Amino acid sequence: MSANLVALAYLIASVFFILALKGLSSPLTARRGNLFGMVGMAIAVVTTLTVTKNWALILGCITVGGVIGAAVARRVEMTAMPELVAFMHSLVGLAAVFIAIAAVNNPVSFGLPAVLPMGSKLELFLGTFIGAMTWSGSVIAFLKLSGRMSGAPITFSGQHTVNLILAILMVGFGLWFFFSETTNWTAFAGMAAIAFVLGFLIIIPIGGADMPVVISMLNSYSGWAAAGIGFSLGNPMLIIAGSLVGSSGAILSYIMCKAMNRPFLSVILGGFGSEGGTAAADDGIQRTYRSGSADDAAFLLGNADSVIIVPGYGLAVARAQHSVKELAEKLHAKGVNVRFAIHPVAGRMPGHMNVLLAEAEIPYEQVLEMDEINSDFSNTDVVLVLGANDVVNPAANVPGSPIYGMPILDAYKARTVMVVKRSMAAGYAGLDNDLFYMDKTMMVFGDAKKVVEGMVKAL
Amino acid sequence: MIGEVDPTIINLTVFVLAIFVGYHVVWNVTPALHTPLMSVTNAISGIILVGAMLAAGPAESDWGVWLGAVAVTLAAINVFGGFLVTQRMLEMFRKKDKKGSA
Repeated sequence: MSANLVALAYLIASVFFILALKGLSSPLTARRGNLFGMVGMAIAVVTTLTVTKNWALILGCITVGGVIGAAVARRVEMTAMPELVAFMHSLVGLAAVFIAIAAVNNPVSFGLPAVLPMGSKLELFLGTFIGAMTWSGSVIAFLKLSGRMSGAPITFSGQHTVNLILAILMVGFGLWFFFSETTNWTAFAGMAAIAFVLGFLIIIPIGGADMPVVISMLNSYSGWAAAGIGFSLGNPMLIIAGSLVGSSGAILSYIMCKAMNRPFLSVILGGFGSEGGTAAADDGIQRTYRSGSADDAAFLLGNADSVIIVPGYGLAVARAQHSVKELAEKLHAKGVNVRFAIHPVAGRMPGHMNVLLAEAEIPYEQVLEMDEINSDFSNTDVVLVLGANDVVNPAANVPGSPIYGMPILDAYKARTVMVVKRSMAAGYAGLDNDLFYMDKTMMVFGDAKKVVEGMVKAL
Repeated sequence: MIGEVDPTIINLTVFVLAIFVGYHVVWNVTPALHTPLMSVTNAISGIILVGAMLAAGPAESDWGVWLGAVAVTLAAINVFGGFLVTQRMLEMFRKKDKKGSA
């Protein structure tokens, strides 16, 4: 195929990628969008095959990767989506590094001059370091999310100074790489090694509950890594696809930050969440609260006219989505109006709770976003909070509170509030929740799944 | 005149415009589909497969081919895993729609 035809085919593929994202604006067009994405990818791969050799090797590797990918996609549990996504980010990062090394080794095969010009070196530097950081950062995120590593933040004094020194060193190696007459492998390897370490150091201080932001951020990085390789190879399709992914991840991080009331910049720089979970408010006063059993809760639910269920992180951890669906069905059968209120950071990644409820086949129109349902809490009989804490903390409306300004679900406005929780422990913001001590609140302690199963039985 | 422009500048033009497109398209994604958005963008960032194929299939082979081959495998996991898991999730949303309209 001529270079012009290849470029045109790549343009068509790029348009398909844009249409793939556009499809996700509604669940009705989403599947078609995903199909567009696949078509775009097929066009890109077939076109590239026409300009490469070693077909047997390439097709063999694609088959191996395809079989692994398909098996993983079929088997993964919906609660484990965050791990899967983190795992896949790491692969993009590693692939970017390998491609960059191959390009430095043999620039001609990528259509670059045999002696790399400065511009190409800069682009390869960018692609390599973003790729390397994406890889090691995602590996840590994966280990934390899958519970193979403690979700607690790992911090040490002088962390930011160490990161800064490493970053400067990395740029130093990069400059050495630019200004070397020949291919300077020492400089390149030094830079890549530091980038790996940096990715690792930036993610370890971040606590488990902050993962929605981290995952979105790494999503963004993986896009920029692909775009960086696109610059190195002078391939507009890679640049377009990478930028789409990069901006998508950045927007998701922004939405997550807003929902958690965190400054965007401190997230991008990493190292946040270091004080999370330790500073439980303790004013020395023993506060009283009311607690009840699953049976009591079921009785109140059964006699209500309207119920709003607020699912949170605890529900995802306890894998209680199927029991919750049963509960909702039982209540429906009794003529109770049951709806679900989803906070943007509910679950462990953006939109995670929607997928979990969809998996349990809870009808779409019962699941509402925060903006859609917040005004309805005041005329609702019972709010059932399942494993959520900070997102229903009325302290967000009190000036001076650490979470002041964070958007919350107005659960406290309902006539009766029931909170299912493991203990009275503070949420990850480390704050006591006034909602738990209100006269109209009943606490039900226990694992979300067991408590909900108990309620279903009692109904 | 365009012939005198450095290819990097043209790439930069494409880059900036693509970010704008991405920005506008992604803000229109419904929050309920943010997880599928993430898995589909994962698959799309697997486009790096194209770069990996170039590394694995040069005219003159040396050890770089093997790096390329590994990269092709990794990227293929992403492409297939990403699109298929997105499809699986979106099927769940469809089931729900059917039930709702029934």
